[in-house]
Amino acid sequence: MGADNRLLSLKNINVRQGNRTVLDNVTLHVDAGEIVTIVGPNGSGKSTLLKAIIGALPLAGGTMVRGPNLRVGYVPQRVPISGALPLTVRRFLDMPGRVTNTAAHNALTRVGAADLADAQMAHLSGGQLQRALLARALLEDPTLLILDEATQGLDQQGSAQFYALIDTLRQETGCGVLMVSHELHVVMAASDRVICLNGHVCCHGAPETVATAPAYRALFGSGTQGALALYRHDHNHSHEH
Amino acid sequence: MFDDFIVRAILAAVAIAAAAGPLGCFVVWRRMAYFGDATAHAAILGVALAVVSGIPILLGILVITVLTALLVSQLSHRGQGADTVLGVIAHGSLAIGLVAVSLLPGRRPDLMGYLFGDILAIDQTDVAFIALGAFAVLVLLIWRWRRLVTATFSPDLSHAAGENPKTESLILALLLAVTIALSIKVVGVLLIASMLVIPAAAARPFAKTPEGMAQIAAALGISAGVGGPWAALQFDTPVGPSIVVVLVVMYTISSLRSLVRC
Repeated sequence: MGADNRLLSLKNINVRQGNRTVLDNVTLHVDAGEIVTIVGPNGSGKSTLLKAIIGALPLAGGTMVRGPNLRVGYVPQRVPISGALPLTVRRFLDMPGRVTNTAAHNALTRVGAADLADAQMAHLSGGQLQRALLARALLEDPTLLILDEATQGLDQQGSAQFYALIDTLRQETGCGVLMVSHELHVVMAASDRVICLNGHVCCHGAPETVATAPAYRALFGSGTQGALALYRHDHNHSHEH
Repeated sequence: MFDDFIVRAILAAVAIAAAAGPLGCFVVWRRMAYFGDATAHAAILGVALAVVSGIPILLGILVITVLTALLVSQLSHRGQGADTVLGVIAHGSLAIGLVAVSLLPGRRPDLMGYLFGDILAIDQTDVAFIALGAFAVLVLLIWRWRRLVTATFSPDLSHAAGENPKTESLILALLLAVTIALSIKVVGVLLIASMLVIPAAAARPFAKTPEGMAQIAAALGISAGVGGPWAALQFDTPVGPSIVVVLVVMYTISSLRSLVRC
């Protein structure tokens, strides 16, 4: 990958919350067209890392270089949907800036949610909500999609469909994808590179490399390798038909 | 025929309701009801400050409401336990204000007027101040509207858009402080929070978007701003509480309607 493709690079960044160092000496980069997934146990700083990238948390050290073509489409982990705030999906798509009806309709169609425009956000199911959040991110015409635990609350089939949708969007737009997930078996198959995080980068590389790395096994146990093999099997299987 | 003082009361109440309705939506969305109470109650301290230092009463009130609003908005970022601290500030500031006024030398200001509003004390200058202030609040609110709504819905989205949700919270706190300071002569410190919360709460069942809710809340507040003083004149009741009673009736009807619908 040449430098022109580089969307984002972090070098030796540190992030502190209060007196605690949440991220220590983290280095990573994302290039156009690749799916990079951050995995790690609870409290390993995955969401903190994404928050630092979108500018919600200050860096205590290190550097972040945003590529000249970087436009971020951010899909938050969960939005605190309160019944007190009336909000249609259509109006949600106007955050932060107003978009045309055509653009809104196109974005919803791309994520398979064209019929949801008039629905209240508070009434959406988990899967519908994720699609609405994704449609909003697409309206930013992103070169980098950032997703924080995007499939939380979805069943296994729902999250598999969601990752398939992300992959399709990546192929259509050529955008890079940086996501956080704890669903190891899906992640391992759907990513080009995996970064295993636990306050610092434990290991990184192609999914196969990471899955066999001792540091990864120490964090997740060896059982996940079985899940990976199982997924691989399913994957091949579906292609044979 | 309406008397002049009722016309002034209606003008002042309508101006305040036009700003407090949309602003109050944020109080409901962000669950800041205590914020209104704490800031309003502290205003009594502003009265004492004004009398001691010889500055105009409205200025004294404004200084204290702005300071309290800033303090409370800092505290509410802390999360856990903020509720308790807000409760202490809300009632503590009222008590301290009342004690401070009672310690004032010489002629003491009439506290009842500040606690429950005193429509007879509103002159043309007051109406002009209230109208101008409410207009300024509305203009600022409309200018920041989109950012405020985004920051209210999700601070992370606000950050990702290159905006700063803390700035928006600060602006909101200042707008609330100014509105509360302006409202004191009309409804009094004890009932101001209701001008913020009730129109928004009554508007909620009929709204599909934040903008719709703000408009309905403003319309309901303005109706009460006309209906309250009118009812006060008819039934010889105090104006501020009458406005609030009209709002409560609206809220009750709105709640019953949404219950029936479900």
